[in-house]
Amino acid sequence: MAKMWKEFSKGLWAELPPFRLLLGLCPTLAVTTTAENGFGMGIAVVFVITLSSFIVSAIRKIIPKKVRIACYITVAASLVVAVELLMQAYAYPLYQQLGIFVPLIVVNCLILGRAEAFAGKNPIHLAVADALGMGIGFTLSLTFLGAIRELLGTGYVFGIEVLSGSFQPIKFMVAAPGAFVALGLILAGMNYLSILQAKRRGDPAPENPTTGCDACRACAGHK
Amino acid sequence: MEYFLLFISAIFVNNIVLAQYLGQCPYLGCSKEKGVSIGMGGAVIFVMVIATPLTWVIQNYVLVPLELGYLQTIMFILVIASLVQLVEMFLKKSVPPLYNALGIFLPLITTNCAVLGVAILVQRKEFDLGLSIFYSFASGLGFLLALVLLAAIRERLEVTHLPKSMQGVSAALVMAGIMSLSFMAFKGMIS
Repeated sequence: MAKMWKEFSKGLWAELPPFRLLLGLCPTLAVTTTAENGFGMGIAVVFVITLSSFIVSAIRKIIPKKVRIACYITVAASLVVAVELLMQAYAYPLYQQLGIFVPLIVVNCLILGRAEAFAGKNPIHLAVADALGMGIGFTLSLTFLGAIRELLGTGYVFGIEVLSGSFQPIKFMVAAPGAFVALGLILAGMNYLSILQAKRRGDPAPENPTTGCDACRACAGHK
Repeated sequence: MEYFLLFISAIFVNNIVLAQYLGQCPYLGCSKEKGVSIGMGGAVIFVMVIATPLTWVIQNYVLVPLELGYLQTIMFILVIASLVQLVEMFLKKSVPPLYNALGIFLPLITTNCAVLGVAILVQRKEFDLGLSIFYSFASGLGFLLALVLLAAIRERLEVTHLPKSMQGVSAALVMAGIMSLSFMAFKGMIS
């Protein structure tokens, strides 16, 4: 149980997917124009990553090592098709808002990355705990970034007016450049925090994280 | 004229990285050196121009007649994954110089959402075959342009004194934001 909690909780702060591991940046930038869209995207990812980790972990002993990436992609793609159909049936406005990024969940590095780095090597209960933690961490990060951009860009959060009166919405924040700058500054903040933390413990200053490109290399199927 | 407008729009106005947020992983991961960024950009153009018409044909001659439209995502990603594998094997055997230039980037491209993204985009925009080949080429060029520009900026940033917490990806993202802002200015060109 303690082990499960450890795997679950690391996704919530220490290995927060978009801000620490730098995985899944495309949806992080693209759908966070409002907090609601970020949250919806996060929930879709939680669904896919939890089930995909569950399935990958369950069949990890049957999958031949050489074609494991193809198997992971197939599992993820089937689940994404299921999500697409479910969203079309029950959350059509959100489906239209997220647009092309719903089918693109299949190439979200986070899902293949966790399948390759964790679910393919660990028993089911740990894999699901890890996936849930990562998925929820991803959802929280997207909602947070979405809330900041929506607040500064329109004055609303979750469609509720927060800033009004003399506040002039900064249109820049809900457009593409705002996404890049906001994410860049959040990353700088996270780096600053981890440098402070290391200093307090007396550890040497940690290196800033680099992109998940290394994780993608693992996904791409060549070892 | 339609082709020309599409070309300008795909490279500058609706740049695939800076306006449509696709392919962020290679954009940030492979933009540390100019040489690497050119190789990656070339490989993306190459794969995109082959993958888009192939998926177009599959969509319109297999999935639509059989009414299997909902299998689009799973079909496209499997086609792209096997295509990349095939292209890599073909280049290794037949065109070694090209393989040496692009080879190490090819496996990375399977999970590049720009390739799958463009394949799905041309379906949603209902382009015909010629237009989708053209669009995929222009999008690839746009990716190359954005990547090489960012790499050039990051090479300069390496020698400046940034605060420790801003170094690396964080500064690159802010730079990308400023680039994206300047690319927005091209919006006036096409109304």
